[in-house]
Amino acid sequence: MDFDFPDELKQLRDTARAILAERSPTAVARKVLDGNLDLDRELWKEIGDLGWLAATIPEAHGGLGLGPLAVCVLAEEIGRSLAPVPFSSSVTFATEALLHYGSPEQQRAHLPRLADGTVIGTLAFVESVGITDPRIFQTRFANGRLDGTKLLVADGVVADIAIVAARGVDGAPGLYIAALAGATVSRTSRPTIDPSRGHADLRFEGHPVEPLAGARGTAAFSNLLDRAAVVMAFEQIGIAGAALDMATAYAKERYAFGRPVGSFQAIKHKLVDVYVALELARSNAYFAAWALANEAPELPVAAAAARVSACEAAWLATKENIQTHGGMGFTWDLDCHLYYRRAKLLGLALGSATEWKRKLIERLCVQEGVPLADVTTARG
Amino acid sequence: MDFEDSAEEAAYRARCRAFLDRVAERRRPGHVRGYRRGEDAPGVVEKARAFQRLKWDAGFAGISWPKEWHGQGGSPIQQMIYDQEEADYETTVNAIGLQLGICVPTICRWGTQEQRDRFAPPALRGEEVWCQFYSEPAGGSDLGAIRTRAERDGDGWVVNGQKIWTSLAHEADWGVLLARTDFDKPKHEGLSFFYLSTRTPGIEMRRIKQMSGASHFNAVFFNDVRIPDSQRLGPVDGGWKVAMSLLMGERYALTDDFGPSFKELFSLARQLRIGERSALADPGVQERLAEFYVKAQGLRYTRYRIMTSLSRGEAPGPEASIGKLVAATKIQEAASYGLELLGAAGAAVGPDMPLEGIFEESFLDSPAYRIAGGTDEILRNTIGERVLGLPPDVRADKGIPFRKIPTGAK
Repeated sequence: MDFDFPDELKQLRDTARAILAERSPTAVARKVLDGNLDLDRELWKEIGDLGWLAATIPEAHGGLGLGPLAVCVLAEEIGRSLAPVPFSSSVTFATEALLHYGSPEQQRAHLPRLADGTVIGTLAFVESVGITDPRIFQTRFANGRLDGTKLLVADGVVADIAIVAARGVDGAPGLYIAALAGATVSRTSRPTIDPSRGHADLRFEGHPVEPLAGARGTAAFSNLLDRAAVVMAFEQIGIAGAALDMATAYAKERYAFGRPVGSFQAIKHKLVDVYVALELARSNAYFAAWALANEAPELPVAAAAARVSACEAAWLATKENIQTHGGMGFTWDLDCHLYYRRAKLLGLALGSATEWKRKLIERLCVQEGVPLADVTTARG
Repeated sequence: MDFEDSAEEAAYRARCRAFLDRVAERRRPGHVRGYRRGEDAPGVVEKARAFQRLKWDAGFAGISWPKEWHGQGGSPIQQMIYDQEEADYETTVNAIGLQLGICVPTICRWGTQEQRDRFAPPALRGEEVWCQFYSEPAGGSDLGAIRTRAERDGDGWVVNGQKIWTSLAHEADWGVLLARTDFDKPKHEGLSFFYLSTRTPGIEMRRIKQMSGASHFNAVFFNDVRIPDSQRLGPVDGGWKVAMSLLMGERYALTDDFGPSFKELFSLARQLRIGERSALADPGVQERLAEFYVKAQGLRYTRYRIMTSLSRGEAPGPEASIGKLVAATKIQEAASYGLELLGAAGAAVGPDMPLEGIFEESFLDSPAYRIAGGTDEILRNTIGERVLGLPPDVRADKGIPFRKIPTGAK
């Protein structure tokens, strides 16, 4: 039994935590929050130089070939630090899509520049409120061109390329790669519940794009979301961990009624419940990381479980962090709201926990061979 | 990152399986392992004793105990592997598990080699059963509030008082006892630790009928019970440390899943329809089942993390502390939700109910899980203070003579 990250990745985690603590305290995230910064380009360049963006990219394309476990480790630290860099968009959306569905030419063209951070990538898939269903995407691809509007694209303000989910002439969903430049694409910054991370709506009007050759049908889209869900679970765990640390530290130093508030069971027990949720989420995320790294058939179920567990832990940890801080907890000046915002942002980004709970059981029915013709499995 | 045994672990697992295949039947598919299920049925302790003897003969008794304790001198990971394997067989109402988890290890840890030689082998062979005289009517969660009195009398002690919640005292041959030897010292500083035969004159037992109908526990009365001083472990008034040295082991035990969990709810939902569809296709059911799934799997993979530490010869991390708290609550919630899925017929009891009636049974059993071996609330205190490092509660009983501590008695 070796159900743990290897030592070299634990060292990577420690290094990443130390670098981000020094280079990206929450004051940096606040610059974005206050509208004074789109992203920390200097930090982004440093991260690129450190090879963090190249972890999963093969050496032939300028990567390090470390594998997905390294990305999971880094994602947790990015989450913990709230660093204003488009790590998950570029690494877990764009890079993953190209690695798994791009042609060799597309990989040669894009991966080296994603690897060193000179190009920022993202994924554009949302079209409306409610549950995303790739079978009814309105964005259409025909004759090498794309038409349609995608909402709320993460890091859409700063991204250079986007993987766009759209339907082809035959109506089947697929993934397309678009350079976000030229007169046929426009972006509008979109305010969100978490202004510390930029989002944009993208409008394509006959914009030239290339299909990712391997990405045909709902399965590829679903698989890409699963991969992202695993890595994002670690980012959420990083946020939950930071919020729990913040609440615990405050509960030890804040006095009321002549004693530290952490000595009251009302506070203590609440924080233990957060700790328990966090450890359960971590254990579920570990299994999903294993499934991801090994391309295991359990990935769809494991990714859904990791996402549900991480969404719950991050929500619980960040809302109770505010509660533990009392009146100061809901001020602009304290950092509690940064974690609260980011936890919910990520909790919605790939579809909500409610949506993934249903997916989880439907996928288990498939995995366990439960014959349920009337269970809708089309959700993907 | 993998789930594979090392070569040594795999070989050990194969040995465990070979033994279990020889002496027991594999659990039937769908058969639920109920912790209390049948635990007080006639003959169950005799069966447990006989099975313990088989384990002893095959070298699976006291797997991780040192040789001086008459154990196998193996590692904690070997014990965990054995337990994992045994859980797949029908043998596993471990009615006498407590003695090998707490009582006899305490004797071995604090006693002389003569005492180890006298008591460890019969316990490991299942010949002698032990119980634990700790909790009292006024001292459960607040175990240090023990009022049972042990007074010096020549070269021995005379004990008077009452214990309660003593598991299987009616089946036990020996018991370990925590009693107050000084009422003028602060509460934890006036306790001493003894062991004695349950057949010592002056001991009277009454079985307690639980809300489930089972009678697992006892109330035990001590009337002028004489114990020789040679049956004291640790210093006079130093018994708290002796008792605590292994009690945490009970609380942090690597709780396996007992009673209904996700798997049972999934099996049940599979058998039910809601409207024209399988219950598994119902969004409401899907959401609830998913919540049980992530809890059950989260616990399972937490155990894998613990096993990884043990496999490396390291102590488990703090995540090992969450097992009992999560599992006990989950069983009760799963029992309740199972009954809800059964609908208006859910209250019925009988062998014809789905999954052998595990939901009905656990509905009545599960409140005990959240209390025995450390209540949910005490566990949260422990995790909050030991893992998160939060300050202890302000206490009204600290540093004052035990007899002056308020009791609420009028």
